Amino acid sequence: MHELSLTQSVVEICEQNAGGRRVLSVTLELGELSGIVPDSVEFCFEACTRGTLLEGARLIIDRVAPKGICRDCKAEFPVSAYYDSCPSCGGFTVELMRGEEMRVKELEVE
Amino acid sequence: MCTTCGCGPEEHHHDHGDDHHHHDHGHDPGVGGAPGGKKISIETDILARNNRLAAGNRALFAARNLFVLNLVSSPGSGKTTLLEKTLRDLSGTTRSAVIEGDQQTDNDAVRIAATGVPVKQINTGAGCHLDAHMVGHAALEFDLDNLDLLLIENVGNLVCPASFDLGENHKVVVLSVTEGEDKPLKYPQMFHAADVMLLNKTDLLPHLDFDVAKCREMAKRVNPGITIFEVSAKTGAGMDDWYGWLGERIRGQRPATRDQ
Repeated sequence: MHELSLTQSVVEICEQNAGGRRVLSVTLELGELSGIVPDSVEFCFEACTRGTLLEGARLIIDRVAPKGICRDCKAEFPVSAYYDSCPSCGGFTVELMRGEEMRVKELEVE
Repeated sequence: MCTTCGCGPEEHHHDHGDDHHHHDHGHDPGVGGAPGGKKISIETDILARNNRLAAGNRALFAARNLFVLNLVSSPGSGKTTLLEKTLRDLSGTTRSAVIEGDQQTDNDAVRIAATGVPVKQINTGAGCHLDAHMVGHAALEFDLDNLDLLLIENVGNLVCPASFDLGENHKVVVLSVTEGEDKPLKYPQMFHAADVMLLNKTDLLPHLDFDVAKCREMAKRVNPGITIFEVSAKTGAGMDDWYGWLGERIRGQRPATRDQ
């Protein structure tokens, strides 16, 4: 349940940037390999935002599909797990180009 | 206010008390999408604060020529026994300290203290991992100038600690042969984040169906660069290779002048 402390961090980041205005919506960018479960963040969000500028705000989660590049043959391809092999050469030396994001992307304030 | 991380005394408990007044704007899902809202682009990593504090820890450790490992595993992999054995065997050559992370109790810290090494227990309570803030404070309780090696035993959990940089040189994942050989595939994020895997309790292999070659292959699939040692903290088998790896890196941390 590290989503609880991550959601607390989201609230901190938003409050620092909201300039005292009420937050209407928050957009997060979460890679599918970030290790964060969106349902858990949604679950924690209501509890973590109570009594803050974010109380009642809408939570929008943009999922980022992972993409990798093979260090051997340089092929680029969609990845579903860390242990995926390169579909071109079968190698396991895959470098992730995206899919591990855990970012507060945007706020909408009053 | 804390001079290290800027935290106030109240910040260690993120407790929103009941004295907050409650806005009466309800939870209408439409309210967030109301027109007229002003968009602010943030693009900030959710872990930015932890990462900033971890960078501070890393700079602190580097300035003291301290080699730091973050040991992660599931509960019951034998991390504490492995630490006890390592600390006792290195006591003549290496000045070590340990930070122990557990949800509750100081049982592990008591075991480590019995080896004669300074130890600091962190109880995370409901928390499932150590973070850079906790470690930064705990580290300051040691005489860092007179240490070579700091071992951080994270909370037994193969999921959450993978995301939290503590400022360590390397994450070391401990896997025991009484667990499944496919753990690297089941918990890929942790095995991907670790630089070293200690395959522990190898003395039990004759009694188990655990396939060491298969386990190695799975770990290498998730992380081709991972260094693997097969050890038994109980019998001492394989521990010399682990100490060799440790010793090389501890010496690498020290300024050249100290060895002359």
